[in-house]
Amino acid sequence: MIDTGYSLILIAVMAAVTAFIRFSPFILFPEGRKRPRVITYLGTVLPYAVIGMLVVYCFKGKSLLAYPYCIPELLAAALVVGLHVWKRNTLISVFSGVAFYMVLVQLVF
Amino acid sequence: MTKKTFLRAFRDSLPILAGYLALGFGFGVLLQSKGYSFWWAILMSCTMFAGSGQYAGVDFLASGATILTTAVMTLIINARHFFYGFSMLDKYKGMGPVKPYLIFGLTDETYSIVCSAKLDEGIDKRKYYFFLTALNHSYWITGCTLGAVIGGVLPFSNEGIDYAMTALFIVIMVEQWLSTKEHLPAILGVVTTVVCLVIFGADLFIIPAMALIALELVIFRKKLDKTGENAEVKQDD
Repeated sequence: MIDTGYSLILIAVMAAVTAFIRFSPFILFPEGRKRPRVITYLGTVLPYAVIGMLVVYCFKGKSLLAYPYCIPELLAAALVVGLHVWKRNTLISVFSGVAFYMVLVQLVF
Repeated sequence: MTKKTFLRAFRDSLPILAGYLALGFGFGVLLQSKGYSFWWAILMSCTMFAGSGQYAGVDFLASGATILTTAVMTLIINARHFFYGFSMLDKYKGMGPVKPYLIFGLTDETYSIVCSAKLDEGIDKRKYYFFLTALNHSYWITGCTLGAVIGGVLPFSNEGIDYAMTALFIVIMVEQWLSTKEHLPAILGVVTTVVCLVIFGADLFIIPAMALIALELVIFRKKLDKTGENAEVKQDD
């Protein structure tokens, strides 16, 4: 590890930058001030696009071109989608998907 | 009412409990392997509360990166969080003294739950958002600290448990998909991100993807803004 003082400085920088990113929309468009319609519009459609982005984000370190070709991820994803369309119960869908994925990566692939 | 609100927040946070303990644990193990005691894991998980940001942070610490590198890389890695506030401008309006904490704790997972939770009359929204954020934060701190204390030796293999995050986002996507007939924003989000991942690679894709998604949504505004299909999101405002 590097020296304590410099470690603390780096952590402070990382914490400040992270908070700055999260706070900036609220700083740009503070409560009670009128904001452009397009911003309100984006606020309503972004969740749909962003969740799609996050699903892909979860796959970013995985390769389709090398073993196991994302097969465990895709099989578990198929199970989660199928179970959720059927039961509409988040806990059942998530925990079944995780259990299935753990079996796949630990025992099968 | 408070108890009911807390139990609802707790129930909604359960998928995140599994994911945060696993991901946090991995972070703690990595951090202590670089010679940092668990106090550092507590400090970082309390003040940053950012998964991929903290993993990258271990590299910055271990390599003694410059302040500029650390700031710029953190900005790039966590840039996606910039989008989240735009959907919370109205939801988090009038939250009073807890509002800064809610914004501080707006992680991928908290955001996805807040966006999708359909809260009925008996739920105090302000308390719900606070409990949800604080519960998630506590799971994250617990996972990070345990990883740093235990240091990689577990009596069982937890490989793959971090899939809880992927599964949670997939579930929320399915919920959103079933709740609206307008699928263009979801499709744009997935396709644009995949294309950017292929073109720019795993380290650089997220900011171009965000810029393109915002641009595409503005281009399709005429179609998307008047459909009224997003009423579901608006109802909580």
